[in-house]
Formats: sequence, structure tokens, C-alpha cells
Amino acid sequence: MKTFTKRQISISGAVLVLLALYPLAVSGSFAMHLMIMVFLFATLGVAWNIMGGYAGMFSFGQAAFFGIGAYTSSFLFTAYHVNPWIGLLAGGVAAAAAAALIGIPCSNLRGHYFAIASIAFAEIVRIHFNNWKLIGAAEGLTIPMQDESLRNFMFHSSKAPYYYIMLAFLLLSLGVCAWVATSRMGFYLRAIKESHDVAKVLGVDVVRYRMAAIMISAFLTAMVGTFYAQYILYLDPESVLILPISVQIVLVSMLGGAGSVMGPVIGAAILLPISEFTRVKLGFKGSGLDMIIYGTLIMLISVYQPQGVWGILQKIGRKKK
Amino acid sequence: MADQLLQQVVNSLLIGSVYALVAIGLTLIWGVMNVLNFAHGDFLMIGMFISFWCYTLLKMDPLFSIPVCAAALFLLGAGIYRFIISKVMKGPGLAQLVVTFGVSIFLANLAVMLWTPDFRLIEKPLLSGTWSLGSVQLSIPKFVASVGSVVVSAAVLLFLKKTRTGKAILAVEMNRDAAQLMGINTEKINSLSFGLGSALVGIAGAFLSMYYYIYPQVGGLFGLISFCIVALGGFGSIEGAFIAGILIGLVQTLGGYFFDPAYKYALVFLVYLITVWIRPQGLMGS
Repeated sequence: MKTFTKRQISISGAVLVLLALYPLAVSGSFAMHLMIMVFLFATLGVAWNIMGGYAGMFSFGQAAFFGIGAYTSSFLFTAYHVNPWIGLLAGGVAAAAAAALIGIPCSNLRGHYFAIASIAFAEIVRIHFNNWKLIGAAEGLTIPMQDESLRNFMFHSSKAPYYYIMLAFLLLSLGVCAWVATSRMGFYLRAIKESHDVAKVLGVDVVRYRMAAIMISAFLTAMVGTFYAQYILYLDPESVLILPISVQIVLVSMLGGAGSVMGPVIGAAILLPISEFTRVKLGFKGSGLDMIIYGTLIMLISVYQPQGVWGILQKIGRKKK
Repeated sequence: MADQLLQQVVNSLLIGSVYALVAIGLTLIWGVMNVLNFAHGDFLMIGMFISFWCYTLLKMDPLFSIPVCAAALFLLGAGIYRFIISKVMKGPGLAQLVVTFGVSIFLANLAVMLWTPDFRLIEKPLLSGTWSLGSVQLSIPKFVASVGSVVVSAAVLLFLKKTRTGKAILAVEMNRDAAQLMGINTEKINSLSFGLGSALVGIAGAFLSMYYYIYPQVGGLFGLISFCIVALGGFGSIEGAFIAGILIGLVQTLGGYFFDPAYKYALVFLVYLITVWIRPQGLMGS
């Protein structure tokens, strides 16, 4: 079985070259920021997809893993001067450990119950971080300025390095997702999604594979959290641990197509420009109009595009052949 | 110490019964349609604002705007079902979950646009003050809201068990296909249940407006708590939702009192997680 067709490889190659050249072609920090946010949410969506799209565990609490990642590296750096790259790995491990902890009570939950449990978990983390003095409680953490270098994971003169790092993270997570999807684990996860009970009867270790999916997803999500902290250089619970972040992650995946490797990337590429533009153009007055449009968009996607754009693109691609 | 404990238990019951009413509205919708309405808390907020404007513009006390809130929310709920929710019912499960988030964000921010994010309070409601019963202080508006919530909850249960329409709703909840074969118009039952569930949360909104701050984001927390109550009580169970509502009221108030007020809602969520771990189907679910 060939996993990729020649056509797919050449299209992906062309897209990659274009993306690599993008920072050279555009000027202006908004254009760069926008693409960084597209990559960032695409990566978060890909990570969500491993547990949500393949295994059917619809998590609405990804912000917890994102926040744990961001906080772990930032705390280790501000308190002990630990290099952020090591902090990134530590954050991933911390998030995976948290995922294991929450995965145990949730390992048998399905559908709505899982969704609510994931929100409950994320809310506990948010409330706790808001009151945890060691990590700055509600005031949050500010990451002190460093010289700009890849080693320090900090850049001041240009956003381009952040752009390339986030693109690399996206490719890495796509690789992990493709590996999961094509491996035996992906097969089992889909079986569990189709029917929990049938999979169990057939001898699939349901709890083990579900846990593995949650932990991989948490690790990748936390990694993006560290990136976000190094990019914004400030974090507090109300900016990284909130429900709207979790919802946006789900939305990106659903719009693109949950359960396909590339789906969340397409979803992020469509949704983020819309949400960032409305935020910049309409959000400054605090009138709520940007969020009214966002809410309307969510309803429209759910009603008219619930299967995701990726499916439509594939159909068009097949017809052309 | 014993006096303070008694006071805390009374406080728990006062808030728990209102939680129960909010949650019963949600569980009715969940049970009949298997739809988790994330906008439920925002429906509560709309109910509170309707009561507020009735008071401010029409000099109508919250006590008298209860039917107005119920009717308005019934129409809102049935309308949102008809024009939005019913369109995703045949779609994938994820879309059914996400669509009500869209409704929630839309309503909360519509309220921000129309009425600003400010906090408001009904300053001179008809009911105010406290009764002193021995060492226990009983706030009169809270007491009336609590008793009212119990009465409305009991009325809903009676309606479902004793009337033809109520029995039809329960039949659809038990088995949609069989109910349809028996000649029940399930689409009509869906609209009705969504409207009824929303009307209940509208009534709860009117009750809460007598003593609670009114602002566009007020629904968020109430919504989340009512999810926990519903899942804790068991899928679609009215009795379960009522018991779980009181239970959550106890956890929140006593936890805040003995442990740390900042963590009272975290405790609610923790109790939820532990319960579904031991009993994934909830307290009264089968």
C-alpha cells in the first residue's frame, strides 16, 4: 500500500516551498503574526485530532495542557533559569502526566460525559493556577528579556524565526499524527471510536490506547504552549487556560475535517484569518461585535460544513483524476 | 460552630434548589434530544436581563415578571431549536456539541453590545431583608427563589408524569423510534422540550435577578455547573438533577466554608470527576 500518491507529494512540496519563502515576500508584522497564529492553531488542532478525530474523545479542555506547557517552561526559566527548550520538554512531560491523571477517571466516559469531564478538568486547573502563589497566581508570569538566539528561544528584531519554529512544530505534529493514523494504534483508535464495546470484545486494550492518545495529544499541545509563552513573553491564567481557547481548537479541527491528518491545517488556515481580522477591525471598541460574528460563524460551520472542508477538497481531487 | 454549620447548610439549600431548576431545564433537553446545550447559561442570563428591564422600564417587580421570562425564553428556545439545532441533529456528533457554543458566544456578546458589560442589580425588589430564625439568618428573596424553584420543579415532574403531552415527552426520551411509530410527532416534541427547558431556566433567571448581579457573562459559570449537575444526576433524569443540584450546592458552600472560598467551584468540578469515575452513568442513570 502506498501511503502518498505522487500528486500529493508534489503538491505538498510546492506548498512547503511557498511557506518557506513567505517571510521573505511579506513585510509587516501583522502578516507574520497571522501566519504564526495559523500554524499555532493548526498544530493544536492536529494534536486534538489524535484524541478527538481518531479516538472520538471530544476534548473541550485542551487549554489545560496548553497552559501547563506554557507555565512549566516559563516557571522553570524565571525561577531556576532552565533553558526554555528543556522547559519545553519538561512541559510536555508535565502535561502528559496530567493527561494520565485525568485519563484514568475519564477512560470509560463517552460522548457528552467526556466533553464535560474535559471542561471540568480544565476549569480546576484554571482556578488552581489563579490561586497558586508560586507561579504568580492571577498576576501571571513575565518572561525576562534575553539576548536573541535560537538557544534562548527568543527573538526581537524579526518574527521570522518564530515563524520557522512554529512551522517546524506543525510539521513535527503532522508527522506524529500521520504515524499514529497509519499505525496499528490508529486502527485500534478508530475501532474504539466506532464502538467502544465491540473493540473491547475483540481484545483491544481500550483504556491503554485511549490513554496513549490523550498523552500524545497533551504533549504536543504543551509544546505549543511553551512556544506561545516564548512568543508573547507574558502569561496569566486568563490568557492561556480559558475555555475559548479549547473551543477554538475543536472548531479548527471540525471546520477542516476531524479524523483526517490535514483537516485541522485547512481549518486553521480558514478560521484564523477571519477571527484575527474581525478582532483587529471590530474588537477594539469592546462592543462584542467581533465575537457576535465569531459565534455566527460557529453556527454556520456546524450547520453547513460539519464534515469539514478537507472532505470536499478530496472529492474535488478525485473527480479531477 | 454548630450555628455556623447550620447557616452554611441553609445557604447550600438556598442556592442548590435554584441550581436544580436550572439543571432540570438542561436535562430535559439533553434527555429528549441528546443535545448538550452550552448556551443554557446564556439563556439564564437573558432571563435575568428580561427581568431587569421589566423592573427598570416597566416598574415590574421580578416576582411578576416570572411569566414574562418563561414565555420569552420558551419562544427563544423553541426558535433556536427550529432554526439552528434541528439542522445539525442529523449531522455528526461533534457538530451538535459545537453549534451550541456558537449560540452561547453569540448571545453573551449580543448582550455586551446591547447592554454593555456592566454589572447591574435590581435595587429595590419587593422582597428584601432577612428573617432571623434562632441563630440562622434567612435572606427573604433567596428563600422565596428557593421555594419557588422547588415548586416549579415539582410542577414539571407532575406535568411529565400526568399529562398526555408530558407522557409523550417521556416516551420520546425512552425510545424515539418507538414513540414515532406510536404516532407521536417527535419533531414537535423536540421543539416543545427545547422551549420548555428554556422556559425553566428563564424562570430561574427571574428568581436569581431578585438578589444576584446581572451581567452578560453571568451565564458561563451557571452553565458549567448545570452540566456537572446533569451528568452527576444521570442522563435525562429529572429527579437525579434535583438531588444532584442540592448536592452541588452543599459541596460548593461547605467546601468554600471549610476549605477555601477561592476553590469552591474547583471542588464542584472535582466531585463531578470523582463521581463519574465511580459511576459513569451518574447517580440516577441506568
